Amino acid sequence: MNAIIAEGLVKIYRAKSGDIRALDGLDLAVEEGSVLGLLGPNGAGKTTTVRILATLLRPDAGRATVAGFDVVRDAHRVRTVIGLSGQYAAVDENLTARENLVMFGRLYQLPHAEARRRAGELLDQFALASAADRVVKTYSGGMRRRLDLASALAGRPRLLFLDEPTTGLDPRSRLGMWEVIRERVREGTTLLLTTQYLEEADALAHGIAVVDAGRIIARGTADELKAQVGGERIEVVVREPAAIARAVQVLSRHGDGEWATDAHTRRLTVPTAGGAQALVRIVRDLDEAAIAIDDVGLRRPTLDDVFLALTGHTAAATEDGNGAGDGISRGDTAGTGGGDGTPPIPIRRAVEQTPRKAE
Amino acid sequence: MTATPHAATSPTGGIRQAVSDGLIITWRNLKRIPRIPELAIFAIVQSIMFVLLFAFVFGGAIPLPDGGSYREFLMPGIFAQTVTFAAATTAVGMTDDLNKGIIDRFRSLPMARSAVLSGRTLSDVVYNGGILVVLMLSGLAVGWRVHTGPVEFVGAVALLLLFTYAMSWIGVWVGLSVPSVEVANQVGFTVLFPLTFLSNIFVPTQTLPWWLRPVAEWNPVSALTAATRQLWGNPNPFAAAGFPAEHPILLTLIWVAVLIAIFAPLGVRRYQSMSR
Repeated sequence: MNAIIAEGLVKIYRAKSGDIRALDGLDLAVEEGSVLGLLGPNGAGKTTTVRILATLLRPDAGRATVAGFDVVRDAHRVRTVIGLSGQYAAVDENLTARENLVMFGRLYQLPHAEARRRAGELLDQFALASAADRVVKTYSGGMRRRLDLASALAGRPRLLFLDEPTTGLDPRSRLGMWEVIRERVREGTTLLLTTQYLEEADALAHGIAVVDAGRIIARGTADELKAQVGGERIEVVVREPAAIARAVQVLSRHGDGEWATDAHTRRLTVPTAGGAQALVRIVRDLDEAAIAIDDVGLRRPTLDDVFLALTGHTAAATEDGNGAGDGISRGDTAGTGGGDGTPPIPIRRAVEQTPRKAE
Repeated sequence: MTATPHAATSPTGGIRQAVSDGLIITWRNLKRIPRIPELAIFAIVQSIMFVLLFAFVFGGAIPLPDGGSYREFLMPGIFAQTVTFAAATTAVGMTDDLNKGIIDRFRSLPMARSAVLSGRTLSDVVYNGGILVVLMLSGLAVGWRVHTGPVEFVGAVALLLLFTYAMSWIGVWVGLSVPSVEVANQVGFTVLFPLTFLSNIFVPTQTLPWWLRPVAEWNPVSALTAATRQLWGNPNPFAAAGFPAEHPILLTLIWVAVLIAIFAPLGVRRYQSMSR
C-alpha cells in the first residue's frame, strides 16, 4: 500500500520578475514502510514537494494523499500522522531541548505526562540527554539537527518528511544523522527524504526519484542510477600532453570500455568495474612505461554525473534555468514502483520534448 | 485507515484544543523573555528615558492650562505610549518566528490553527503588563499618584491591557507582511512615533495649531491617555468640549473594537494565505 501518492502536482510561485514553475506535473508514490530519496539540485522542486505533502503549501494543480488523507481537504488529519524536519522547519532556540520536545509533543496533542515521557525517550535516543536542559542557542549544528529530527518524532508519526537533513553538516555529524534516520526506518517509519547527494540517497533510501525542474525525470535504486551513468570510472591525468597517445596505448587493455581523452586537461577516463584493483594495475603499467602522471583516481558517479547522463546538462545549470521553461525539457515521470509488487522500472532517458501544461 | 493515537482529534480541534494550544504558545513566548533579557530591559529603559526627559528636561517648559503636576499628567501618557509600542514587539516576534522556520513547524503540527496568533497576542499582553508594573513603580518614584479608588485603578489598567491587545493584532499583521525583523522594527518606529507624538501624551492639545487639535484629540493613543488620566484623577486638560473630552473611556473602547475588527481578520488572513 502506498503511504504517499502525488499526482500531477503543479506549483507556480508568482514573482515580480516572472512566474516560477516550481513543480511541473510531479508524480510520486511511496510504499508504506519504505524510504524514498528525492534527489535533485537546489531549485529542482524538492522542498516545494515536501511542503505540499506536509500541508504547508497548496498545489496549484494535481492532488496528493498522505496516509490516505487528501493534503488539501484533510490537512488536519494529515498533520496527525506526519513529522517534518529539515532546512526550513525549526526548533525554538530560546528554549531548552527538553522544553522544545515537550512543547511539540503537547502540540501533537499528547497529554502532558506522556509528552514529558516521550521527550525523555527522544533525548536518550538522540544522544542529547546530557544537554537536555541547555538552551538550544548553545548547540552545535549537528546537535540542532538531531533535536530538529527528534521534534518531528515527538508525536510518533507514521510518516516522516526530511528535507535535506544533513545539508551543512560536517562529515561526522552527517554519519551520526544517518544512523538515527536508519533507526527510524528499522522501526517501520515511512520516510520521504530529499537530498542533493546521491551518496546520501544511496545510504538511506530504498528507491530514488530524481527531480529536475519540477518533475521526476528518473527513478530506480541507487545501483540502477549509478549503472545509468556508467558506474565507477578511472581517471588519469598525464603530465605531458604528448604522452596521451602512448598512455592510451599502454592502458588499452584496462577498463571496461573505450578510453576517453581530453587533450586540454590531459585527462584520460575509462569506465571500470574493477575498483581499486584496476587502479593498482593501471598505476603499475604507467610506471613501467615511465609515463609521468599528475593525478590518478577512482571516480564514483556524483549527482552531477547522474544529471549529465539523464538530462544532458549539469545539476548546477538547473538552478539558473529553473524559471518557467529553460529550454531543456524533460518529461518522463513515474512513481517509485515496487508498491504493488511490480519491480522498479529501470531508469530511462527522458523522451518528452515539450513541458506539460499546468491543468 | 488504521487507527492512530490521534484518531480522537477532530479536524477543527474544537474550543478546548484552541485554548490549550494557545496557552502552550503563550507559555513558549513568555519563556523567551528571561532568556533574552535585553529586550525587556531596553523596553523599560526606553520608557524610563521618556519619563526622565519629559519630567526633568522639557516638563518645566510645558505649563498645564489648569495648573497641576506635569509629572502626574505625563505618567498615564507614558503608560499609553508603552503599550502602543506593543505593536512593534509583536511584529518583531512574529517576523522572527516566521524567518526562523518555527511557524512552519507549528503549521505542520495537528494543533489549533488559531493558537500561533492567539498565543502571540496573549503573551504580548502579559509581557506589556509586566513592563507596566515596573513603569508604575518608577512613576511613583517621580511623584505620580493615583487619586481615586481601586476600581478606577483596575479599570484603567484593564483599558491599557485591552489597548495592548488591539495593538498586538496590528503587530501580527505587520509582522506577517514584512520580510525581515529589521523592516518590522523600522515600520514600527516610523508609524508609532508620530502616532504617540501627535497626541496628548507630552503636551496639552491646547498648545497645538488648530488644525492638528482634532487629529490629536481623536487619536486612539490620546483617548487611552485621557481615559487613564480621568480614571486616576490625574490632570486631564482638553482644548474644547467634545466627544473625545467628554467620553474618553467610551472612545478608547470604540478604538479597541475598531482596531481588532480591522486587524485581527487581516492578520488571520495573512497567516492562512501562507499556504498559497
